[in-house]
Formats: sequence, structure tokens, C-alpha cells
Amino acid sequence: MADSVWAPASGSFTPAATARSRHSAVVRATHWITALCFLALLVSGVEILLSHPRFYWGEAGNVLTPPLFRLPLPSSRATVPTGYGYVLPDQNGWSRYLHFQAAWFAVLTGLVYFAYIWQSGHFRRNLLPARGELSRRSISMALTKNDPWSYNVLQRLTYLFVILVLFPLVIWTGLAMSPGFASAIPDAVSVLGGQQSARTLHFFVSVLLVLFFAVHVAMVIAAGFRTRMRAMITGQASSSNEELR
Amino acid sequence: MSTVSRRSMITAGLSVAGGASGLAGAATVARRYGLIPPDGGGLYGPGETLTYAAQRLLTRHSMAREFPTEQISKTPFANAVDPLGDAFKKLQAGGFAEWRLAVDGMVARPASFSIAEIRSFPVSSQITHLACEEGWSYIAQWTGAPLSQVLQRVEILPQARYVVYRSIQPDWWESVDMADAMHPQTLVAYGLNGSELPVGFGGPLRLRVPRQLGYKSVKYITRITVTDSLKSFGKGLGSASPEGGYAWYAGI
Repeated sequence: MADSVWAPASGSFTPAATARSRHSAVVRATHWITALCFLALLVSGVEILLSHPRFYWGEAGNVLTPPLFRLPLPSSRATVPTGYGYVLPDQNGWSRYLHFQAAWFAVLTGLVYFAYIWQSGHFRRNLLPARGELSRRSISMALTKNDPWSYNVLQRLTYLFVILVLFPLVIWTGLAMSPGFASAIPDAVSVLGGQQSARTLHFFVSVLLVLFFAVHVAMVIAAGFRTRMRAMITGQASSSNEELR
Repeated sequence: MSTVSRRSMITAGLSVAGGASGLAGAATVARRYGLIPPDGGGLYGPGETLTYAAQRLLTRHSMAREFPTEQISKTPFANAVDPLGDAFKKLQAGGFAEWRLAVDGMVARPASFSIAEIRSFPVSSQITHLACEEGWSYIAQWTGAPLSQVLQRVEILPQARYVVYRSIQPDWWESVDMADAMHPQTLVAYGLNGSELPVGFGGPLRLRVPRQLGYKSVKYITRITVTDSLKSFGKGLGSASPEGGYAWYAGI
């Protein structure tokens, strides 16, 4: 099994210099499909946001309602008071089509991913922190040691937070804005505080996902962009000594 | 590598073939049960079809949330519309006494109703959320005749699948499937928050579809057409929205 190459951080396993599979094919494929969907959702999400860069709390809110806050951005609608002397072109139509299609692909990809990591043991072995790993010592080790063959405890906690908290939250808050979904499961909207609250929360969860994305890319670059990209594209990674800078 | 790659190529080939035939089978079933929206072709067809099919399987009979009176928005927002034409202004000057709502197409008894006649249908009232696709919203009380009652009066034919409705404003028309047309909360609305429906909000008559976004609630409606196919309407995408780049189904 390809999984055997993930040695525990403290283990004595030494990867052979020959190419071994760092990431399984399912993890690689779902990673890149998710990455594409994320970029599509981000670009289209920003475009959708520009048609009303104001946020409210509760069920309802519009330009006649005091906003919870507003973003200092121009808008693609003349009806929104922004302080800018111009109106951006309307990109809302294709953005919404793309947003929902990318969301579907991301959710379906996520289902494949979860089924795989559960069934293959990847979740238990490589994502759940190992026993005794939640110590100050292993966290400080995580900050200094660069082991390309295993996720350290901070990586594990971050990935778990993203896939178990942020992804479900961004889907839930997104669905809560849908009038059809709200009619089917009204409580899923009211516990969030209402449809405008759901929209505001959707924005904040998206901001957290963008932060994760930025840190993730920064870490990949810091740890060795070419080798890490090769590992996630081809699955090939060579000797860990090569990775240590 | 060669043995591994042969096995993986066979596996990959089988998965692709299986996936493709699975998709083709799913598309056939979806078409058979009317789960493909009229704008279900093209680049965003898969996403739209998944959305519409999921909604039709899960929410065919669900009810839009209704709110208590105290949650009615103090400041509802009447979105901007194109300048109203001469035809509208003439009817407005006459207090809308000459306004007519024609109902035709696949019906046994086509009819044309005045506003007084629409008001003579059983009155339905609802306090619901109207959300614009831009992101803003308001809660208001809408009063009107259930569209299902109007359609029953003209006796729709069994092959009816969609209801097309038009504004007096040029190039402003929408359509819904029978699930939304016959839904008890879909209204031919003439009242807002206890008063006559103001012109800004779509008066004298607006089709109110509370399980979809605001743009499906067309203002100033003058004609309702029952049909079994949307192919011959406009560009055949279901309504003016997809022609302008917006999804036909706005229940998301």
C-alpha cells in the first residue's frame, strides 16, 4: 500500500531515494479538482459580492436598512450607495451560474474524498493527531522540523479544521441563502439568525478559507515549491534529506 | 511500469466508460421526469440541472417560510425598473380600471380578467421574504389570488408543464414549472402590507413566487400562457433571464 510510506514523524522510517508515492491518486485528484473549484468559487463569489457589498444581520436587509458593515468597494449596481462615482459592469449572471456549478463539483468531490480517507485509513493515520501529539513539545517541533513524509500536528489540526469545520460551514451558510432550501429546512436558516445572517457568515467563512489558501500556498513555497508540487501532481517524492533546507 | 500501467489503464478506461454511461443514463432519467431545466444545456447546464433536479426531488411541496407581523420590514426596497412605457401610464391614469390579465395557451377556457375579477378570487395572504439575487432582501405581507385558483378557473389541460407570464414592460417575461405554478403560495398579488400594491413594487399586478428569488416575481403582469414546452418562447431558454445571462430556476 502506498500509505505505508507515511511514516510517523518520530519514526525511523527512511524513504528510499527512489521515487515513492507521497500522495495517493485519489488525494491528488480530489486536491486539484477542489483547488479549481475553490478558485472558481472565489472569483465568482467576489463578483456576486460586488452587486451588493453591504452586510446585515437577521432575516432581511437592503439599501434602506443600516448595514452591519459595508466593504469599501464600488458596486455593479447603481442602486447601492458606495461613495464611488461609477458603477462596475454587471457580472452577476455568469458568476452565479459558475458559483453554483463549482459548488456542486466541490461537494461531489468532497464526498469522494471523505469516503476515500475514511475507508483507506488516511483520516485516522495521517489527519487525526497521533496519541500524545497535542503537546507543547510536538507543536514546537512542528514549527522547526520539515518532514515531507508526514503531516505535523499543526498541519493535521489545520486540515481537520478546514475539512470538518470550514467546508461544512461554507456549504451550510451558502445553502441557507437559497429560498428553496429555506423552504425545505427552515430551522437550518433560523439557527444561523436568518438569511442575511447566513450571507454575512458565508462571507466570513470564505475569508477564513482565503486565509487558509494564502498560508497553504506560502508554506508550500517555503517548504520547497517544486518538490511539493511534484508530490501533489505526480505523487512522486524523493529522499527526505533533499527536502530539508 | 508496464504491468502496472496496463492494469491502471484498464481500470481508468472502465471508470471513464462507466462514468460516461452513468451520466447518459442519469440524463435520460432526468429528462423523463422533467428534471432538466430549459437552460440546462451549455457550459453551466450540469450545475443548473443538479440544482433544479435536487430541488424538484426534495422541495416540490415545501412551503416558503412565513413570518409574524412584527418581522415585516420597516423599509422594503422597490428595486429600480426601466422607465414605464406609455401603455402603462395610460392605464395608470385610468386607475388601472382597464388593466387586463389574459390567461391563454393550453387551457380549456381562455379568459381575460380585470383587477376586480382577480380580487373576486379567494384571497390569500402571506408574510414572506423577498430576496434579490444581488444579496438584499425584505419581508412583506403579500395579498392576492393564488395562481392555482386562476389556472383552475380556465381549466388547464393535462399536458401543461410550464406557465409563462409577461410584464407590460417589453422583454420582461418569466416562466415556472407546474410545481411552482400550482404551489399554494404562488400569488397573482395586488396588495402589499395591507394596502394596494404600489407601482414601485409591481402594482397593479405582480406574480409573487416566494420560493424563488425576486427576479421571478415579475411586475406589471398582463398575460399568462400555459404551455407544454418552452421551446417556442423567446430563444427557448425558458425566460428572459437566461437570455440576459441569469438562471431560469431561481430557487437555487
